[in-house]
Amino acid sequence: MYFDSLQGLLMMNGHGMYVWSAYLAAIAIIMTLLVVPMRRRARLLQQLAREANGSEDKTVGNARVEQ
Amino acid sequence: MWTFFHKLGSPPWLYAIAGTILRWLVPITLIALVAGMIWGLLFTPPDFRQGDSYRIIYIHVPAAVVALAGYYVMAIAGAISLIWRMKMADVVMRAAAPVGAALTFIALLTGAIWGKPTWGTWWVWDARITSMLILLFLYLGVVALYESFDNKEAAGKACAVLSLVGMVNIPIVYKSVDWWYSLHQPASIKFTGESTIDPSMLYPLLLMIAAFYALFTCCLLMNIRAELLQRESRTQWVKKIASEKGAD
Amino acid sequence: MHPVRRQRLLLVLFVVLFSSLAIGLVSYALRGNINLFYPPVDVVSGKAPTGHSIRVGGMVEQGSVRRSEDSLEVSFMLTDYKASVPVVYVGILPDLFGEEQGAVASGMLDSEGVLQATEILAKHDENYMPPEVAYALENAGFDEKGKIK
Repeated sequence: MYFDSLQGLLMMNGHGMYVWSAYLAAIAIIMTLLVVPMRRRARLLQQLAREANGSEDKTVGNARVEQ
Repeated sequence: MWTFFHKLGSPPWLYAIAGTILRWLVPITLIALVAGMIWGLLFTPPDFRQGDSYRIIYIHVPAAVVALAGYYVMAIAGAISLIWRMKMADVVMRAAAPVGAALTFIALLTGAIWGKPTWGTWWVWDARITSMLILLFLYLGVVALYESFDNKEAAGKACAVLSLVGMVNIPIVYKSVDWWYSLHQPASIKFTGESTIDPSMLYPLLLMIAAFYALFTCCLLMNIRAELLQRESRTQWVKKIASEKGAD
Repeated sequence: MHPVRRQRLLLVLFVVLFSSLAIGLVSYALRGNINLFYPPVDVVSGKAPTGHSIRVGGMVEQGSVRRSEDSLEVSFMLTDYKASVPVVYVGILPDLFGEEQGAVASGMLDSEGVLQATEILAKHDENYMPPEVAYALENAGFDEKGKIK
């Protein structure tokens, strides 16, 4: 490890603000990238299951939900 | 060979195989990302000139590399959907666009944050940076164009043409630093010849590039699965999956 | 291949080629404007415009940096090893600014050919290495590109 203290790691010799904000922003965007399709799929499945149970004869139309 | 292509064109098969791949690839991706970030942040030496600010390279370069590679995925899928009218290619194209846009945005954002302490500015209308901004607009353009059509077949065609036209931008991004005087430095990792980055810094960078490729694949497959469910919501196989999910 | 598909394939290739050609011609026509800066040799030979603000990029000449003692004024020479342009700037320089380092200065050329800079950007190269490696290279008589000094 190249930093001898937590303080040193956070400050990074004055570049801490830049490095940490870049990493945190990237992590936030990556998390969003992964979570959005997961939730979209879960919501679609839930809706389809509800409609299938609600009325057997009705076909599932307009399943396009807001993304 | 041909059976593989025919299977690729089958939505339930694609949905199932994507699910199997994701079960393995998502944990691997997350581990690689976390390991690469910790390696880059804690266990690499600082740069002799830039000090610790260079650590942004471990996000910036992988995001940019995969954003460019992802464009080929989108454009080739677009070409296949235009020529062979393969619906699954259309799904892949639509699934790749938002992921590519997000990665391009990460590259631009971290580049701006990196530019401030090293160059002394957040932004400059440099050939490399401007062509990356155009790449972001191309990705966003495909997303917006697709959403603006009610007829999804027409939307697919329009997006495929847009992504093929935009393909011109990719070599421009790559070569901008060689063709024009720019503030951005040329690439440090070279396919031919020796890389100009110390091995102790290169290995975590290669790990992060691999992790970002895996991340792109994960997001692409997840988007494909969601898109398939939506498009095929009237079919038996989707109803079966939905009722299985609804039961538990 | 099915003739209809072949036709579509040709159409796709046509779209890609045609747009490449169009963009290629546009960027060729604009090549002067796409360059972020002028090299010193263009400035000295009078190819750079004098009426408005321009950017000049090159290396900061060894031993040319003069700092004022009572203000933030600094002057130095930018060189591409073919010609040099004197630069005067008042303000805070970026951290990476230094002699034998790349820099881009923007401002207007005055009547004596001195660039009155309003902004200085540091340009760095594609070499990354730990300080101890740079130190060892230095001691062995190489520069950071691995060339013998």
